[in-house]
Amino acid sequence: MNQTDIQAPTVAKTQPGAEILLRALKDEGVEVIFGYPGGAVLPIYDAIFQQNAIRHILVRHEQAAVHAAEGYARSTGRVGVVLVTSGPGATNAVTGLVDALMDSIPIVCLTGQVATHLIGNDAFQEADTTGITRPATKHNYLVKRGEDLARVVHEAFYVARSGRPGPVVIDLPKDILIGQAPYAAKSEQPHRSYRPRTAPDAEQIARAVALLKSAKRPIIYSGGGVINAGDRASEALVRLGRKSGFPITSTLMGLGAYPSNDPQFLGMLGMHGTYEANMTMHDCDVMLNVGARFDDRVTGRLNAFSPDSRKIHIDIDPSSINKNVRVEVPVVGDAGLALEAIIEAWDNDPTVPDTAALAGWWQQIEVWRAVKCLKFTQTTAKGGIIKPQHAIQRLYDITRELGRETYISTEVGQHQMWAAQYFRFDKPNRWMTSGGLGTMGYGLPAAMGTQIAHPDALCIDIAGEASILMNIQEMATLAQYRLPVKVFILNNQYMGMVRQWQELLHGSRYSESYSEALPDFVKLADAFHGVGMRATSIDQLDDVIRAMLAEPRAVIADICVDQTENCYPMIPSGAAHNDMILGPEHGPGLRNGGASGVTDEGLGLV
Amino acid sequence: MSTIEAAIRSATISVVVENEAGVLARVIGLFAGRGYNIDSLTVAPVDDGRGRSRINIVTSGTPMVIEQIKAQLSRLVPVHRVADLTQDGPHIAREMALVKVIGQGNARAEALRLADAFRARVVDASTESFVFEMTGQTEKLDAFVELMRPLGLAEVSRTGVAAMARGTRLI
Repeated sequence: MNQTDIQAPTVAKTQPGAEILLRALKDEGVEVIFGYPGGAVLPIYDAIFQQNAIRHILVRHEQAAVHAAEGYARSTGRVGVVLVTSGPGATNAVTGLVDALMDSIPIVCLTGQVATHLIGNDAFQEADTTGITRPATKHNYLVKRGEDLARVVHEAFYVARSGRPGPVVIDLPKDILIGQAPYAAKSEQPHRSYRPRTAPDAEQIARAVALLKSAKRPIIYSGGGVINAGDRASEALVRLGRKSGFPITSTLMGLGAYPSNDPQFLGMLGMHGTYEANMTMHDCDVMLNVGARFDDRVTGRLNAFSPDSRKIHIDIDPSSINKNVRVEVPVVGDAGLALEAIIEAWDNDPTVPDTAALAGWWQQIEVWRAVKCLKFTQTTAKGGIIKPQHAIQRLYDITRELGRETYISTEVGQHQMWAAQYFRFDKPNRWMTSGGLGTMGYGLPAAMGTQIAHPDALCIDIAGEASILMNIQEMATLAQYRLPVKVFILNNQYMGMVRQWQELLHGSRYSESYSEALPDFVKLADAFHGVGMRATSIDQLDDVIRAMLAEPRAVIADICVDQTENCYPMIPSGAAHNDMILGPEHGPGLRNGGASGVTDEGLGLV
Repeated sequence: MSTIEAAIRSATISVVVENEAGVLARVIGLFAGRGYNIDSLTVAPVDDGRGRSRINIVTSGTPMVIEQIKAQLSRLVPVHRVADLTQDGPHIAREMALVKVIGQGNARAEALRLADAFRARVVDASTESFVFEMTGQTEKLDAFVELMRPLGLAEVSRTGVAAMARGTRLI
């Protein structure tokens, strides 16, 4: 509180709060704000109007503003900034904030508030925003004095991007935005209380390396923390992979940190992960978890999760360690710094790893890999129905042929899992998906934010016909800013993942999961000044994908796919990793788990 | 939360926080949102000129849950320090209670005798009532309140636990 007083040489000069705010944002390197105006934030919009340093992108719904900022942040590694008004503006943003909290995305969200003297009076468009967003953010602030404003903004950016990143709300009463106050530059002093540890403990690193070198059946399990730690962390992960020769799997959030086409990469793990990744996790003797959090979608039944392994867990958030799974070697720190420390300690340690055991382990992994758990049969007959997996496979192949920088976002459901399985990522920050919260409607605004950050890149939202309708209004934003985002809808006329669970777990009673009365997506694209395309049979698919990718405007490609297709492999809720359901391609012999084996307890696990 | 079956233990946790608006709500919200128990909670500024408050929480859970509670508290932005007094060594935990007993005759005399034995002070008296003030460990206060029950116990007001490590150890 007192620090600003000491270091304020400009103390005599004052300016309106709204100008202080924009000045602080500029000093934090902000170039873009995603927002929507309203009464309480009019002074900020007036200040935005009178400057050119920061660009404002007008979204069509506040939830989309946050998802757009998430896409921007996730694809650049920078802090995404959101500006919304008080009351409904703030409450609409809450879903996006929780999404960013669950997936550790750095966001600063500025919310308008009624004037300080009206707070608590149930004024027009008043909401207890700090109260509502307290469990939805990493931290939040209500600015009650103009002289605190600049300091709070600088602090909010520090909190959002430090340690485990996350969303931070600054609630701004209207009188603070209008009133005069002095500016305060970014403080060089460390934060009073929040100083997350980034450098790993050398002793724990030594223990980790000793354990890794003793491994006979190792695996590296990497997560979103590696992406958040920046390119340096991904590079270190690749180096450690090459050096050790260990197999590597990734969570949904971690895809791209390790190149997917590398032979050491086993694909994604977890509920819809590959057979080889899950079997390797289950049977390993040493597990190195870097930047993942043993999420229930990854572990399956906890007491059957990798039962015979000794575990190392690198995480910047100490509360993630020993939360779900007890580990032997906890390493608190930045994923990149920790991986670099492990590489250095590996080189300095004279112990020779058991290469014979590792070779044997790889033989076993190749046996699992030979199951080809992701195989599917696509008819090539003219007029044949499109398999959703094939649609994504072709989208991947054709974008790769084009060689353009490509960013993929998704909505939530079957299409999301197929995208994770069949689209392959060679670099970090190319994959935007709602992992923790599972927010339908995430993909279109996320692609929009990504496109803003990368104007020349190809930004594709792989969507479902149900999810896309949750933020479809953002097509108007695409039109306004001429953003050539491609929406690639796998249209099976069902909330596919809901339908799949109803089929497998609820006696095929498809309660309310059929998408009745869908819009005509081609006309819808047209109505929003974009281009609509449709493929209804396999012979049209490649042409539509090529036309979509060649089109300079925004596109909705309505890909009508097999309505009955299920997403496999699948670990049913409450089952173990080695108890997977493989698809119908594999015959009954390999269905060693099966929906019939789901217990009541498993049913309760969502 | 954990599949490991382990004994529930009680923990007295002291948290030094920035004395700012909403900080108590953050701590309480954390406990409510994650389903942790609060057996007792006290908070007050401990003004050392740096604008800090101290929160004392008595909670219970498996060792893994207690570790989670400490880790979750530590990552709150306005939290300076978290100490598990129960685990870190000998500590003192004290609570104050005001106990109102209404009655006449033998019961009234007996209440006063017991209060004396428990070293409770009479801080208010009328012809039909006493208010006792008593400081001590939670268990002692519990025992006293139970003894007063048949003697006309009418109202109890307790502060919750304040705690500190013994010896030279600081939080």
